[in-house]
Amino acid sequence: MKAWHFSENAYPYLPPADEYPSIRVSLPNRHYDPEKGAALYDRFLDEWLIAEDEGMEIMLNEHHQTATCVDPAAPLVLAALARLSKKARLLILGNPIANRRQPVRVAEEMAMVDVLSRGRLEAGFVRGVPYEVLPANSNPVRMNEREWEALDLIVKAWTTHDGPFSHEGRFFHYRAVNIWPRCYQQPHPPIWISTTSPGGAARVGARGFVQATFLTGFDGTKAIYDAYRRGWREAGHGQDVPAHRLAYAAMVYTAPNEADARAGAEKLLWYITSNKVPPYFANPPGYVSVQANVAMLRGAEHPLSAFRKSASVEGAIEAGIMFAGTPDQVHRQLKKLYDHVGGFGHLLIMGQAGFLEHDDTILGIRTFARELYPRLKEEFPDTAITGVG
Amino acid sequence: MQRQILAIAGVELELFEAGEGPPILFLHNGGGFAPDQPFVPLLSAGHRLIAPSHPGFGRSSLPGWLDSCDDIAYIHLALMDRLGLRQADIIGCSIGGWIAAELATKSPERVRKLVLVAPEGVKVGPSDRLDIPDIYATPAEELERISYHNPAQMQIDPSRLSDEELAIRVRNRETTALLVWEPYMHNPKLRHRLPRVTAPTLFLRGESDGLVSAEYVAAYARLLPNAQVETMRAAGHSPHLEQPEAFTRTVLQFLEAAR
Repeated sequence: MKAWHFSENAYPYLPPADEYPSIRVSLPNRHYDPEKGAALYDRFLDEWLIAEDEGMEIMLNEHHQTATCVDPAAPLVLAALARLSKKARLLILGNPIANRRQPVRVAEEMAMVDVLSRGRLEAGFVRGVPYEVLPANSNPVRMNEREWEALDLIVKAWTTHDGPFSHEGRFFHYRAVNIWPRCYQQPHPPIWISTTSPGGAARVGARGFVQATFLTGFDGTKAIYDAYRRGWREAGHGQDVPAHRLAYAAMVYTAPNEADARAGAEKLLWYITSNKVPPYFANPPGYVSVQANVAMLRGAEHPLSAFRKSASVEGAIEAGIMFAGTPDQVHRQLKKLYDHVGGFGHLLIMGQAGFLEHDDTILGIRTFARELYPRLKEEFPDTAITGVG
Repeated sequence: MQRQILAIAGVELELFEAGEGPPILFLHNGGGFAPDQPFVPLLSAGHRLIAPSHPGFGRSSLPGWLDSCDDIAYIHLALMDRLGLRQADIIGCSIGGWIAAELATKSPERVRKLVLVAPEGVKVGPSDRLDIPDIYATPAEELERISYHNPAQMQIDPSRLSDEELAIRVRNRETTALLVWEPYMHNPKLRHRLPRVTAPTLFLRGESDGLVSAEYVAAYARLLPNAQVETMRAAGHSPHLEQPEAFTRTVLQFLEAAR
């Protein structure tokens, strides 16, 4: 198992939440102090490098017009990390390609980071969460179609080496695609896709990309991995789906004693509790299926929205979206989910949030890396076959 | 009212028809057409009322290539061809008005008279202000308040609708977003094409319409060679639903004048 330190670059110094309707899209940036922001960027970069020193890999992502993740151009931070880090794999998860109007530019950015890092890039792609469509002015209808056309075009741009090709597709049009530099890794960097529903996972499995899922808990994750494995097998990749094709993101906080672990875990919950977003931003028309919207009109609620109303460390652990405690406790919680979902090869550690200060963050990283990570690597090898037994 | 599905230009198009007499092509708003809407019997009493569900609305299919009101105007022209309608009166509400305006710029001779009820489709204001408030960044209660003169009367209880009816409402909303998202609520080309429209045109606007302003409608009307504006009392963005009798009376008066 590989473990990745993931930080959203949050800016937590906000007025009380009842003073604004949404932390995303519409929160005025007068609440952002660039001096404090600069110190935060320094700090988060340092934390990634400390995680690297401790043997962990590095992961980052991108959101827009939000205090929860002040990284609206993840390739820029990735480029800095490509020069600052030395050995860690660098996962961007990901490029929101349903909202990026120039897929070829994305191909160029990723190829450049791959060369800068001498082949350490793991290139992730996401459709983008619903609150991203307004900042990008991106039509929420037909996003999946745009994402897949963009992805295929990016792969073709990475793997074409004999001069320009043209692309006249449904959403994107280019007459002469011929990127410089080409990728360092051959034929191209590993591709990751995130999804939180089984529908998309079968297609990702059919393509053999790495499937990541965020905070989907016991049954949600199992349904996604099952769909992935079905897609993988039906596409003829063989019966065995190796663990290194599946990734799970959870809030993780490990500390030497229960009291410190508990305190850190409480602060990590900011990830969930701070995410105040009104329905008109959270569910633009067309983002989820007609059937899902009908279910919501009948009263169904997204599991994370329901959880946010009474968020607790115990509830999060029980739901399988948080692993927190001493190394033994985290091991037990993690193994329970691992066994339930049939195994996975990457643990994406949401290891910093809100007011989890630098020292606390480092304690979490070091305790995990020194006291637990070696056991996980041994017990859950990357090459394990998932979904059996 | 008769309902049928016609294959028109690659679209399975749902079509409602009622009444006899001079033809009226009715182009519905983003909420879709329903045969039980109270204005329907009033309007079809002396006319042949022809009301298609736009592609992606009601039970009409949505082809993958279609993504604009401009596209839909061609589908409805093909529908007129299929029905043998050389000319018709056209009423369009909200985005249906936008579609009607697009249609009238393409084949002006096919439109005898045109009624645009709180239509979108053009950009008349400054670039740093939306002409139409952003319906996708507005809380639901506020949206109801600015959409209706009397929101309480227009509320629909989802628990009284079947799954199919709910699915149609959700899909109508989705297709509306597809059509109006960007450029928001307008086609930058349309205003330059509107001088082609030859039909006498009536713009109707509810006095309490918080989506389409009086200034917007006035500026829109000035882009057509032969247009007049009327304001409807005690109505918001959908006068045909809030004031069906007054709406029908006003529309028929306009259509029948100097026939």
